[in-house]
Amino acid sequence: MSTTQVFAELAYWQQTGIRVGAALAAVLLVAGALVYMHLFKAVSFMQSRLGPMEAGPYGSLQLLAEVGKHIQKEDIFPAKADRFVFGAAPFVVLASTFLLVVVVPAGPDAWFIDHHNSDLGIYLGLAVSSVSVLGILMAGWGSSNKYSLLGGLRATGQLIAYELPLILAVVGVVIQAGTMNMADIVYAQANGEIFGLGIVGNPYILTQGVAFIIFLIAMQAELAQAPFDMPVAESELVTGYMTEYSGMRFLLFFIGEFATAGVFAAVASVLFLGGWYIPGIDPGADVMNLLGPLVMLVKIVGLTFLVFWTRFTMPRFREDQLQRLAWKFLIPIALANIVVTGILKVAF
Amino acid sequence: MSLLAALSADADLYVAQNVFFAVIAAAMVFSAVRVVTTGNVVHAALWLVVVLAGVAAQFILLGSDFVAVTQVLVYIGAVVVLFLFGVMLTRASLGDDESVGDEKRVMAAVVGVLLFAVMATGLIHTYEDGRLVIENPQSVNVVSDAIFSQYIVAFEAVSVLLLAALIGAIVVARKD
Repeated sequence: MSTTQVFAELAYWQQTGIRVGAALAAVLLVAGALVYMHLFKAVSFMQSRLGPMEAGPYGSLQLLAEVGKHIQKEDIFPAKADRFVFGAAPFVVLASTFLLVVVVPAGPDAWFIDHHNSDLGIYLGLAVSSVSVLGILMAGWGSSNKYSLLGGLRATGQLIAYELPLILAVVGVVIQAGTMNMADIVYAQANGEIFGLGIVGNPYILTQGVAFIIFLIAMQAELAQAPFDMPVAESELVTGYMTEYSGMRFLLFFIGEFATAGVFAAVASVLFLGGWYIPGIDPGADVMNLLGPLVMLVKIVGLTFLVFWTRFTMPRFREDQLQRLAWKFLIPIALANIVVTGILKVAF
Repeated sequence: MSLLAALSADADLYVAQNVFFAVIAAAMVFSAVRVVTTGNVVHAALWLVVVLAGVAAQFILLGSDFVAVTQVLVYIGAVVVLFLFGVMLTRASLGDDESVGDEKRVMAAVVGVLLFAVMATGLIHTYEDGRLVIENPQSVNVVSDAIFSQYIVAFEAVSVLLLAALIGAIVVARKD
């Protein structure tokens, strides 16, 4: 009996429970893996040092030690802070990430929201990812600290500016695939052909390369990673909107940063790298329900390596340079990409 | 006629939808009242988020998931965020602000009641006893087909209006 049949026999609420657990694992395990592989190890090797080595083999349990440390710390509220807004802010940011992951499919039946019933797909993802700005504003204002407020305002200005090229880059993919449904975008890439050659399908990184680069730049800015780290610029603002946070709530922001990186990389790998598809295996085959998540993980780790490589290599943008790049450079190119894609879509 | 008989006679009464409509509507009314009674501008904006999220939830109950997501993207993700951004750039005092619109309360109440009366009578006269039939969830394809065929003129007119508003805002904001 195949995995699909076993799964179909479960009641709806049982399936939902499994999917919720899988979504938690998909966000938290990937986030943990990214912290260990990229922040602890890859960056250390780039800087000619070993990174954590004591906790577990090659320091692989370091993250657990860090989490234990943060949980034990006192949860400090500033005396003049708006307690509810201050306390709720990290959860709003994290909720936005967890809602974003539900649009990502990792196999023909390994989905969180049923793509057979809903065509919303990437549109839903872009909508819920825009809610994280609200959490950052709440954190910046609720802390009652001028560094926090400045960080929150900088973050908001940046996230609003870079949300546009992000969305416009996705529009090119949506036009070419003819659907907003994430699973159908994967099938469109798997069944696509370039100049009559269908050996590797048509991952949209080839035909939507411009959109892919815009998406990666905008993603870097949405994650507030250097060179777009004006909101948390440590030499100017301590750590921006996170300045007053300690213990568990700081940990939530910290996890949220890496979890969002992983989830955005997952979205990018579905849109541009063919999602769970690998050449040679039918993307609708039953085995892809087990193989697909692993394929996705490889693509996520590869894409996030680019994010962290850039983060530890590039100097910080100035505020006006940052805004100019978005409004005068990325958005016009993304619009031109949409026009060209639309013309070619009609012509062929 | 007992309630049970009424239910069986009327097979397409959506019980779960009606219950959740009531729950969400109550939360929305409470939040909407808090929007206008709270003394802090930032709190008012955050209560407004709850009201708008409730609107999105009601759209989902009606099977219009595209409209619901648009509600989240446009109102929560853009309008309220810009609202908060503006408030925090100018006057973002913690705690209650005594000067928040005391003298305008009466006028606002009058406008609110009038608006409610106009919209309520409009809705009641349009639909009377008719019932909204939800046969299928409205897919994205249906919405896009309607926009780009039946309502194409209105769609283009709105596009031009928004573009004009955009250019107008830039002209007003520019100093040189």
